[in-house]
Amino acid sequence: MLGKTAGGLYWMFRYLERTENTARLVDAGFRIALTHSSVAAEEWKSIVSTTGETASFEERHDSYTPANVVDFLLRDTTHPYSVMSMIEAARMNARLVRTALTREVWEATNECCMTLRAALADQIADRDLPRALQTIRQQSALVRGALHGTMLRNDIFNFARIGTFIERAESTARILDVKYYVLLPSVSHVGSSIDNVQWETILRSVSAATAYRQVHGSEPRARTIADFLIFDQRMPRSLAFCRARIAGNLAYIVAGYGEDAPSNAFTKEMNARMDALRIDDVFDYGLHEFLQDFIQENNVLNAKIEEDYRFSE
Amino acid sequence: MNDEMRFFDEMNGDGSGRRAPYAEYGAWLDGEDTQRLQHVSKEAEAFFRRTGITFNVYGEPGATERLIPFDVVPRIIAAREWDTLVKGIEQRVRALNAFLHDIYHRQEIIRAGRIPARLIAENEAYLPEMAGFTPPGGIYTHIVGVDLVRTGPDEFFVLEDNARTPSGVSYMLENRETMLQLFPELFSRIPVRRVQKYPAMLHRGLAASAPAIASDDPVVAILTPGIHNSAYYEHSFLADQMGVELVEGHDLRVIDGRVAMRTTQGYKPIDVLYRRVDDDFLDPLTFNPKSMLGVPGIMDIYRAGGITITNAPGTGIADDKAIYSYMPEIVEFYTGEPAKLKNVETYRCGDPDSLAYVLENLSELVVKEVHGSGGYGMLVGPAASKAELEAFEAKLRARPSNYIAQPTLALSTVPILAEQGLSSRHVDLRPYVIVSPQGIDVTPGGLTRVALKEGSLVVNSSQGGGTKDTWVLED
Repeated sequence: MLGKTAGGLYWMFRYLERTENTARLVDAGFRIALTHSSVAAEEWKSIVSTTGETASFEERHDSYTPANVVDFLLRDTTHPYSVMSMIEAARMNARLVRTALTREVWEATNECCMTLRAALADQIADRDLPRALQTIRQQSALVRGALHGTMLRNDIFNFARIGTFIERAESTARILDVKYYVLLPSVSHVGSSIDNVQWETILRSVSAATAYRQVHGSEPRARTIADFLIFDQRMPRSLAFCRARIAGNLAYIVAGYGEDAPSNAFTKEMNARMDALRIDDVFDYGLHEFLQDFIQENNVLNAKIEEDYRFSE
Repeated sequence: MNDEMRFFDEMNGDGSGRRAPYAEYGAWLDGEDTQRLQHVSKEAEAFFRRTGITFNVYGEPGATERLIPFDVVPRIIAAREWDTLVKGIEQRVRALNAFLHDIYHRQEIIRAGRIPARLIAENEAYLPEMAGFTPPGGIYTHIVGVDLVRTGPDEFFVLEDNARTPSGVSYMLENRETMLQLFPELFSRIPVRRVQKYPAMLHRGLAASAPAIASDDPVVAILTPGIHNSAYYEHSFLADQMGVELVEGHDLRVIDGRVAMRTTQGYKPIDVLYRRVDDDFLDPLTFNPKSMLGVPGIMDIYRAGGITITNAPGTGIADDKAIYSYMPEIVEFYTGEPAKLKNVETYRCGDPDSLAYVLENLSELVVKEVHGSGGYGMLVGPAASKAELEAFEAKLRARPSNYIAQPTLALSTVPILAEQGLSSRHVDLRPYVIVSPQGIDVTPGGLTRVALKEGSLVVNSSQGGGTKDTWVLED
């Protein structure tokens, strides 16, 4: 496979994953704004901050009104991280790697883009927002479905998956990091209920409200939530889950190519370190510091993969 | 258009009844209602959009990816008609390759006084770098698209020999795919020759043209100028269908006497490069030094036998419009027999007598630039206004040798499904030919381009033309 193609696949799926994550964040913000109007503005602000685009937002808008944030995160194509910009970028990458995709995956991506162009063509009124978000989720689910249903499990698939999980790991880490203070013992001492609104946002942002209840019951606890989203291997958006998938896909590539790579060694070493940790260690070290390290390592891994597999010259 | 001009309609002939090749289709058509067809036609458009079968339009901000309109009424050619055409096409393609070999070697045809030396010497498409070099298998133009027009039951003319990088073959394949989806019942009822083997034939042909250094399973790749090129869809389509890599200049590098592509496992040599990049951009060390699309040093590797480039650089010398006018002589010179396919009568405006005639009869002629393509820079006399004629006259007088003129042909028509029902439109035909050391293969059918505007003779997609599926019937 061409290095360029591996890079195109990786980025195509990073963009698709991020599209979905952004839609999920907006959805969480919207629900909280509906039910807790007193904290709404702060929530919208923290959502923009989670995406890492605060500066870019403040260049364009004076205040964190729902309309401004929704427009910025979903429709605004003057910056690269709105849903619309990212879906166009995903499609561009898909065209670039068209020969590596099945017809089904390409068509689902193309259709996703065409559908969202129509759905996001005009400003979205509050009452239309749930439908628009549902469309985004549905369309990206169709691409994922086509990927799983039709693609050969070879290096093409591996690069697509690695892109997905690198992006997802970063997203979950950011969500936790923006809210890390509500999970700290100083705010809610161990064992007590944390602020209802805050944990609701966190869990909704990673579509984990139901999963959490199934595993840990309806009483949310700070440490349990952090443990769940960092270490639980059953939770598809947890850091450990993403790391394990990245490791698995890299291992397949290394085995298939018959040649080890620094990115693989680095992943193994990172995962070994993480496997040895427990949630108490994380809090002892500092949750914020842990998450910052994680995001940093994730970026290093990204760079190593790009280099090992010759995404560019 | 002249009112007295009569057009041959391929479905209805002179109007006395449907022609034989359309009998079975016509019977089916009689049982269909126009509204259903209109509906199906809309489905076809949705299908094309979803599949992303688009071409990029230069200089149009916003909607840069456009669809080529597809018409659901097929163009049907009888077995006998086709088999005659194939003989003519094969002869012509053989002559083109022999001509190219001669031009880059002894130039016997010039020595014999059959074509003037200046035609080559002054031609930008002639590449001195190719002189004395013979590509693997002796083939220069591997992939050819011969543009044909029809004016009567047995009258076919060659309009152009596209010997460089003919495009459109993806439309031939997708059009058939679309028709199979929209009207499966037609294909069980009417025996249509298959076009679907084209990608496999192309792959086989390219592999067979590999240089001696290649292994038994040569590595083939397609070189595209990139995602913004107007034919990018086709490049990726063909790479996909052949199962080969689609590369750009920056994926390639010269390493150890080979041209190699950057893969996830390091650089891997390419044996045959089907390039969809013009000569000028192929190698910045040899040609345009500003080119970012090519591979520095590829020409040296090519001449040393390290790679096969298809079509060969310098092939354009065989298909410019001035050379075209000599094709009857060229075919006869190399094949020893008269050309089976007719040329359109062509006036070379560089010749003073011809120029005088052309200026005198401008309103009845079609005038083209010698190096033009895509229907740009062309005058259709009968459709031009007085002002347009005068403006063109000035251009002709300023640079006469830049132009050729041809009589306005009474292009045949085939009905399309228009708003009001069936309505006849002018068409041309581009069959696709693959030449390899193993022989010549002409895919049955090709791309039918159709002028969607009533009365228009310009079929180019860049000028609002559409396409049709082209059926060649089994015996």
